[in-house]
Amino acid sequence: MAKRIDVSDLDIYYGNFKAVEGVNLSIEPRSITALIGPSGCGKSTFLRSLNRMHEVIPGARVEGKVVIEGQDLYGSDVDPVDVRRQIGMVFQRPNPFPTMSIYDNVAAGLRLNAKKTSKSDMDGLVERSLKGANLWNEVKDRLNRPGSGLSGGQQQRLCIARAIAVQPEVLLMDEPCSALDPISTLAVEDLMMELKEQFTIVIVTHNMQQAARVSETTGFFNLNGVGQPGRLIEYNPTEKIFSNPDEKATEDYISGRFG
Amino acid sequence: MSTSTQQSSAGPDTSASSPNPLGGHEKQAPWVPWAVFGAAAVLALGIGLLTSWNIVLFVIYTVVLGTLGTYVLSRVTEGPRKAVDRLVTCLVISAFGIAMVPLVSLVYEVVRRGAERFDGEFFTASLQGIIGPGGGAYHALMGTLIITLLTTLISVPIGLMTAIYLVEYGSGRLKRSITFLVDVMTGIPSIVAGLFAYALFVLIFGPGVRLGIMGAVALSVLMIPVIVRSAEEVLKLVPNELREAAYALGVPKWRTILKVVIPTAIAGLATGVTLAIARVIGETAPLLITVGITNALNFNPFDGRMATLPVYAYYQLTQPGVPPENAIDRAWTAALVLIMLVMGLNVVARLISRLFAPKTSR
Amino acid sequence: MTSTTSAPPAQQPKSRPGDRIFAGSAKGAGILILVILAGVALFLISESVPALTASADEISGDGGLASYIGPLVFGTLLSAVIALLVATPLAVAIALFITFYAPRKLAAGLGYVVDLLAAIPSIVYGFWGIFWLAPRLVPFYRWLEENLGFLPFFAGPVSSTGRTMLTIGLVLAVMILPIVSAISREVFSQVPTLHTEAALALGATRWEMIKIAVIPYGKSGVIGGSMLGLGRALGETMAVAIILSGSAAGITWALISSANPQTIAANIALQFPESTGLAVNTLIASGLALFVITLLVNMLARWVVNRRADFSGAN
Repeated sequence: MAKRIDVSDLDIYYGNFKAVEGVNLSIEPRSITALIGPSGCGKSTFLRSLNRMHEVIPGARVEGKVVIEGQDLYGSDVDPVDVRRQIGMVFQRPNPFPTMSIYDNVAAGLRLNAKKTSKSDMDGLVERSLKGANLWNEVKDRLNRPGSGLSGGQQQRLCIARAIAVQPEVLLMDEPCSALDPISTLAVEDLMMELKEQFTIVIVTHNMQQAARVSETTGFFNLNGVGQPGRLIEYNPTEKIFSNPDEKATEDYISGRFG
Repeated sequence: MSTSTQQSSAGPDTSASSPNPLGGHEKQAPWVPWAVFGAAAVLALGIGLLTSWNIVLFVIYTVVLGTLGTYVLSRVTEGPRKAVDRLVTCLVISAFGIAMVPLVSLVYEVVRRGAERFDGEFFTASLQGIIGPGGGAYHALMGTLIITLLTTLISVPIGLMTAIYLVEYGSGRLKRSITFLVDVMTGIPSIVAGLFAYALFVLIFGPGVRLGIMGAVALSVLMIPVIVRSAEEVLKLVPNELREAAYALGVPKWRTILKVVIPTAIAGLATGVTLAIARVIGETAPLLITVGITNALNFNPFDGRMATLPVYAYYQLTQPGVPPENAIDRAWTAALVLIMLVMGLNVVARLISRLFAPKTSR
Repeated sequence: MTSTTSAPPAQQPKSRPGDRIFAGSAKGAGILILVILAGVALFLISESVPALTASADEISGDGGLASYIGPLVFGTLLSAVIALLVATPLAVAIALFITFYAPRKLAAGLGYVVDLLAAIPSIVYGFWGIFWLAPRLVPFYRWLEENLGFLPFFAGPVSSTGRTMLTIGLVLAVMILPIVSAISREVFSQVPTLHTEAALALGATRWEMIKIAVIPYGKSGVIGGSMLGLGRALGETMAVAIILSGSAAGITWALISSANPQTIAANIALQFPESTGLAVNTLIASGLALFVITLLVNMLARWVVNRRADFSGAN
């Protein structure tokens, strides 16, 4: 299921403001790619442009190409809703639907899209997804309780289960651990290591140790100053970025000299 | 509290009479104002017994004398700044007391007079063939329920969809002008809404037309802005993260609104609708000129005049016939039922918002 | 920053039928609001045209439409202004009491009690006004005439029923009290704690704190709120129709006599059910005048309130 992503000459705008400029990179399937950089450098904006979520904000648009296994995401006949079905997303703060039970939250992707699914198929899917998110053992006895009753870390894994239940090809994670305590963070990181067997994962993180721990490849975003567009400064194997980066700015950022 | 009196004499050379830096002399003990008002009450009682006894005058004298006494005493012992502060305190409390007079007297009066005919017949009989005692408001009650239901059926979809437009879709000039005009619409006098409905139906049916549905149209003009306002507030409270979560699952916007946003906001929406119903159910003026009145049962809002509870109360009071007492008693009971309906809806609204409050707290 | 203004054509999102229908009907509902409001104005105008074009002697009374509607407009404004003068100070005091004086635990409950006044149907106020309030005011009116009768407001002869302009003003004041006090309360509760605490830290008494920090901040909100109340009072119908013993008194400033000008709204409610032909058009024309007056007052009030909202949103 995992697919490769090629981005070429991507510029992202909010109205007339250019938020991200000239991004070129290729993301390998079945791997974890981490995006790091100081606040406001456009890494989250870039992540959201990979499944066209940034279009939710009025006036947002892109120039350039994002190609997933030969399919141009921004082709004129491409429906952003279809794109999002293929490319799932997990957000910074866990956001289970408060009106739905744990079971319904996992089933939400299919239910909300009015896909006819038999009860037993749905049960199987929910169980597989929750198992896939390492949550099954903790919640299997209370599937009908509201999802908002879980702890923060459990809620985030519930959101991951919800995202993988629609069987996407790519999973985008926007600082998925920044609202979690260290133990929950570890659980989510373990989960990512398992999920990369099936999915292409792109994660935005502020935590450089996390990038070093989980990712194969790391991209460093930076911006020259306030009001300037963010740029991809360096894109290399994680090991190289953290030991011997090509760019001076990357080294400064990683060694904590700014950001 | 009383320990702070020490402060004024803490300085090395302050004599007992010189003010402390904050301008006060000494702080009054908390019971002093109460004692002053007690004394004022005794004095007022004395005046009342000497002249003519009157409970209203007694209360007025007590409040005025107590306020004056508190002010003067405080001015002597605490200085002018404190005295003004105490005067204002007395005034704002009195203002609240004054506002309670109409509320309490009104409820008391309506319950007392309305209880007279608050019986089974009132809720089961119409006025057909009734001269003198007996009779009821069954037809008016049903009319009110039918017209209110119709109003709700017209207003809720329009109001809710408008709120959805304003919160989820709207932008720019159209959104601003709709928001502004909804505000303006809240201020349309109810009688003007009635005239609008009349003028609209006259174009179709000719002059003199009276229909239940006309009343529903008139009331909708009053109800829609209330619903838009409340629904807009509630929809804005739904966290954006939930919309994004749905979009990220590949759910189209309209299904996100229907299946995620509205269910999350449903308690608030229901509260708003209930309060909007409470707002229009007691409206009289628009129904008076669009629906009219009848003594007989008419459950068909598309055929002729209907009775409604407020209009029924109005005509029973103003055109009671001979002897007037029977009709006036019925009028008061109708007023009592109206108040109970409105208050009941208010209580229901509060219950809804309390019981089904969104469990989003994280 | 090159060619940032023109969006590439490839990005026009393909919309699905469900989305189009739903967004369209939401927008349609919004536009319907505009249509309704325009319709109110349009239908009122079209139905008042016969009265506007009729010759003076066809209109009820003598002197034509202007002299028919004139006293009604006067009565409407007079009663609403009395209500405003009585209600505003009272409402502000109540709002201050609930926000700054009442114990924290009680405050919400007390606010709800005041709001109950708004829940009572206007016809019930009419019942209360004519049976409870009006008779109790008669001795007070007699006293006013004896002691202040030299003022044109309190000129005799005093009404023996108490169903006078002043009574109406007081009843309307009670009816608009909740709306004015609710908005005042909202404004007062938005006063930044920083300001109130700064005043208290300077050693101000509670009243001085209100004078320094609360009143300047809340002034325009209170003004806007009382104008909304004015709009409500102008259009109030049933209470006036029941209580006021109106007559063709013309324009008079006497507030406690038995000869009172009627208000537009009450006059419509009283006359409409029995009217036919041109009389109906005349009433609708007076309704149009009321619509225009309330529209102006409400737009002004909203403008004041919204301008304040913009201002407070900026900090």
